[in-house]
Amino acid sequence: MKWKVTVIVRLKEGLNDPEGRVIGNALRNLGYAVENLRVPKHFEFELESEEPEEEVEEMCRKLLANPLIHDYEYSIEPVS
Amino acid sequence: MVRFAVVVFPGTNCDFETERAIRKAGAEAERVWYKTSLKDYDGVVLPGGFSYADYLRAGAIAARQEIMDKVREFAREGRPVLGICNGFQILTETGLLPGALRPNRIPRFLCRWVHLRVNDVETPFTSLYEPGEVIRMPIAHAEGNYYVDDPSKVRTVFQYSDGKGNVSEEANPNGSVLNIAAIVNERGNVLGTMPHPERASDRFLGSEDGLRLFRSMVEWARR
Repeated sequence: MKWKVTVIVRLKEGLNDPEGRVIGNALRNLGYAVENLRVPKHFEFELESEEPEEEVEEMCRKLLANPLIHDYEYSIEPVS
Repeated sequence: MVRFAVVVFPGTNCDFETERAIRKAGAEAERVWYKTSLKDYDGVVLPGGFSYADYLRAGAIAARQEIMDKVREFAREGRPVLGICNGFQILTETGLLPGALRPNRIPRFLCRWVHLRVNDVETPFTSLYEPGEVIRMPIAHAEGNYYVDDPSKVRTVFQYSDGKGNVSEEANPNGSVLNIAAIVNERGNVLGTMPHPERASDRFLGSEDGLRLFRSMVEWARR
């Protein structure tokens, strides 16, 4: 069965996100009251699998995220 | 003669300088493409550069290549493993060294000389330094901001300092916890350094302070 997978990887709460800070500052300079801007990484892919949950969890732990500094979440939907 | 492998991934770019520095330190060195074998070597060096263009996270993709199983074996056997800059990032990504290297506090590429305080001379890589000595080496990285949950458990080898050896916030170029610039594993045979010793291995480069790191390593491997 084929699935459409979306994974979001973000720096853990409390860890400084330098890219987010710079972009947040730029938006503030444009006059928007932006605070705490973060830049997560967003992955989209299709996966042929019988156990997509298990495989996606494994992919996050093995490569997509570094569990020491990142949290991740994902959604898995059947490809129609 | 002691032989070191200098592992080359797609995007590695400090391999020639590293090879040259090891030779100058008195050992044989060979640049080795990451698809080939590591047998017949006494130690392995992961040089600087941008393996896999630093896509995803610096060092992340190189860390998942098959050759790293052999590097793990080297480390397990107690043989010397040195990671410089991108090599350090690869070593943390494989778990051979604790912690992670995040994007610099100010998110831009830093390329400049820094002062380092030598913290630990009881390692095979630093035996030729004096304890507390201040040395000079260049850094060149965008992701050198070292992070670890409990820094008290890490063996810190070099710390960013000022010219007098004061480890201060002002002397911290990238935001690393406790100004950490280089660490070694508990056993002492795996070292990761963000500053580039090979770029400080000749007087014409501006410093020879990095050469002693290679000399210490070679001397130890010879025994």
